[in-house]
Parts: sequence; C-alpha cells; structure tokens
Amino acid sequence: MAFFIDFAKILLATCRDVLPIIVLITCFQLLVLRQPIPHLRRLIVGGVYVVIGLALFLAGLEKALFPLGKIMAAQLSDPTFIYGSEAAVVQADWKAYGWIYLFAAMVGFATTIAEPALIAVAYKANKVSAGTISQWGLRITVALGVAVGISLGAYRIVSGTPLYMYILAGYLVVVAQTIFAPRNIIPLAYDSGGVTTSTVTVPLVAALGLGLSSTVPGRNPALDGFGLIAFASLFPIITVLGYAQYMHWSVNRSKKSPKEGNHAI
Amino acid sequence: MTWKKMLTVNARLLFVALKKLRDAFTDLLPIILVIAFFQLVVLRQPLPQLGEVVLGALLVVTGLSLFIQGLEMSLFPIGEAMAHALARKGSVFWLLSFAFALGFSTTVAEPALIAVAGEAAKIASQANLIDPSEESLRGYALGLRLTVAFSVGLAILVGVLRIILGWPVHYLIISGYVIVMLMTMIAPEEIIGLAYDAGGVTTSTVTVPLVAALGVGLASSIKGRSPLLDGFGLIAFASLLPIIFVMGYGLIVFG
Repeated sequence: MAFFIDFAKILLATCRDVLPIIVLITCFQLLVLRQPIPHLRRLIVGGVYVVIGLALFLAGLEKALFPLGKIMAAQLSDPTFIYGSEAAVVQADWKAYGWIYLFAAMVGFATTIAEPALIAVAYKANKVSAGTISQWGLRITVALGVAVGISLGAYRIVSGTPLYMYILAGYLVVVAQTIFAPRNIIPLAYDSGGVTTSTVTVPLVAALGLGLSSTVPGRNPALDGFGLIAFASLFPIITVLGYAQYMHWSVNRSKKSPKEGNHAI
Repeated sequence: MTWKKMLTVNARLLFVALKKLRDAFTDLLPIILVIAFFQLVVLRQPLPQLGEVVLGALLVVTGLSLFIQGLEMSLFPIGEAMAHALARKGSVFWLLSFAFALGFSTTVAEPALIAVAGEAAKIASQANLIDPSEESLRGYALGLRLTVAFSVGLAILVGVLRIILGWPVHYLIISGYVIVMLMTMIAPEEIIGLAYDAGGVTTSTVTVPLVAALGVGLASSIKGRSPLLDGFGLIAFASLLPIIFVMGYGLIVFG
C-alpha cells in the first residue's frame, strides 16, 4: 500500500514536470499559430506513455537501486573499510581509496547507459546523421567519459585539490580538440556533456560526493561535496571529440572511405 | 477485421513490446552488474531486500520502455512540428519567445533544482554567508532557482538565434568557457562548486528530447542549415550559461 502512495506521489511530480510544456505548447498553438495540433490523439497517448513510463522508472529506481547505491557509497567510503581499522586517520591517503575510484567509474558508466535523456539524443543523432552515428557507439563513448570524469572527481574530493584547476584543464583540452575535430561532430559532442546528468546519474553521484566529503578526513561537504556533476558533464565532451578524431584519423589512414566528412561514431 | 488479421496484428504488437522490453533490460544490465559485483565481491555482503530490488528493476525496465515509446509518439513529433510551424510563420520574435519560455518554464519547477537550491541555502547559512532565518533561506533558494531558470531560458534563446543566423557553435561555447574561468577568479569560493554543478542538473529527462527535437526541426526547416551541424548545441548552451549566472548571483548576494 505504501508503495502505491509513493508511486502516486512520483506520478504527480512527473505530471507537474510535464505541465509547463503542455501549457506552453497549447498556448502557442492556439494563440500564436492559431491552428489545431496535428495528430492530437497520438500525441496524447504518447504523452501519457511518457508520464507513466517516467514515473514507473523513477519509482523503480527509488524503490530498489538508489537506496542500495547510497548504502554502498557510504560503506565503501567508510574509514573502517578503507583503512581496515577503527583508528582515527588525520590525513587522507589517496592511494587507499582504490575501490572508491573503481566504484565511481562503474556507477558513472552504468547509470549513463540507462539515462533516458541520452537514449533520446542518441536516437535523434542516429536519425539525423542517416545512421553514420550509431546509438550504442555514442552512448558507450559518453558513458566512458562520465566514468573517467566521476572517478577523477572522486580523486579530487579525496586529495582535496581545487575544483577549478581540473575544470580549467578540461576546458583547455576541449578547446584544443575543437580545433582539430571534424566539424560536424562538435555540436553533438558539446550537447552530450549536458544530457548525461539527469534522473539516474545525479542522485547516485550526489550521494557519493556527499558521502565521500563527509567521511574523508579534512574535507568539508559544503566546499568539496559539490563538483562531481561538473566532472560528469565535462568529460563526455572530451571522449566524444576524441573518438570522432580517432575515427577521422583511421578512416583517412586506411583511405577505404572515398567520402570525406562522414565520420561514423 | 477478420480473426486471422487480428491475430497477426496482436502478435506484431506483442513482438514490438517484447523487443522494447529487451532493449530496456539491456540498458539496465550494467547497473545490475555493478551493484552485484560490489555487493558480493568487494563488500562481501548478501544483497539486502532482494525481492524489492528485483521488483524495482522490473518497474525500471517497464517504465523505460514505455518512456521511449512515448518519446517517439509525442515529444519528438511535437518538438519538430512546433519548430516547423514557427519557422514557417517567419516571426523571429515568437520563435525566440517560445525558446525562452520553454527553457524557463521547464527549469523553474524542476525537482532536482529545487532540491539543490534548498541544500545550497542550508550550506550558505552554515558558512555564515546569509542570515540563518527561515525567510532569508527561502529567499536565497528562490533567487537561485529564478537565476538558473532565467539563464536556461536565455541559453535556449541564444541557441535558437544561433541556428537562425548560422553561427558556428564552438565560438560561442569557447567564449562561454573563457567567461566561466574569469568569473571563477572573482566569485566567492563557496558558490563555485554549486555553480559548476548547476550546469548539469538543469536539463531534465522531458526537456532534453523536446529541446533536441526543436533544434533539429528548426535546422531542417531553415534553408542552408544542416540538422547535424546546426540542430545540436542547444543543450550545451543550457548547461553552460547557468554556471556563469549562478556565479554572478553569488557575487551579488555575497558580495
């Protein structure tokens, strides 16, 4: 019974999410464009699918996966697990957190693969590029970027180095890559930074960041807890650009493809 | 409809549904593997509440396949149809208003943003940056939400303007990076982590497909624009501008 109340709450929240979009589109159709909405029935059925689907998805995550992920993040960053004893540790040793880095990378990868917003963008990119950009290719490349990003972000929290240094270095890499990357992949690569972090990734990653910054000696959750999401939005840009460059380079080298400018991901 | 026909139609529907479910299961598989690996191999503990986890996973798979089905039926077509209709109307004003309203309205009520803003207000009051009274906390959180929503609206607007004018996306993004770095130097330290994260949390699951469809639809209905080269990039703006605006908000409020 409690579950149905939870589900109803999530369903209501999802409806509230969709409400501004419905109001906006209806207003524009009726007041600005002054024409009936085409294929209205199909749209409504599809909209209902989106709302119910998203609510089921979130309910399932909250029921099962989030609590587990949060417990695991807490257990893995627990000093007794890391240092093997109850002894108070004053200075964090970054080498002791190996499992955390691995966990961060794998959680980043796995949650990105399941991210609905990324699935949507990959689908669109595949359609628009007439199949040269494969959906799974893009999703795996982005997920690898998130994995590296979150793992490095976890290292940053443990080592206590300033966030902006990493972001600055990341920006410089992106700018350098932009100069050399094939032009038609650039907008999609930039976009893939923003779509990676939504419903699935943010809660788990935020739990990891807060858990780490409150258990690692000498860290302050207010200053060090934030920033993981920034890593997760920056690194996919680098991996997608890198992969496009690699494909471009290998196609050029083998000279198999006569067509210039079709860089498949 | 004859019996036979109905049977084939139903069989086909069932097949499509099963395929969608299988795809969704593949999407979820990495999460299951990661959790099982860490729980059983690293932490060496049995899975707590196995029944609930299995039930949750089933809900996730069903929900994801329904969502994807609905995406193809509603969010994508309406986004593109709006883009085509507004482009045909030929009014830049209405196109830009639509873009701004879409970004603002979907962000201002975003649950992830409300949660983050509340959290940020608590942290700011603990650090003695703002008055710890209930009222000032609420004011700070609301100001933060409005700032982010405004910047997302502006970002979609600039992105749409870019598609109309055909500017290359990387000049704008790189200038954005330069501004972010300059702002980082002068912004209060407590707001920087939050500002960087604000870029990531703004783009929700419902907004992203709609915005992607808007960009691609617009790029394909304006002559001389390529959907791949010009249609993408809107989400990138929506994740960059909030960083700049939140740091600006920090400068004004804490300054």
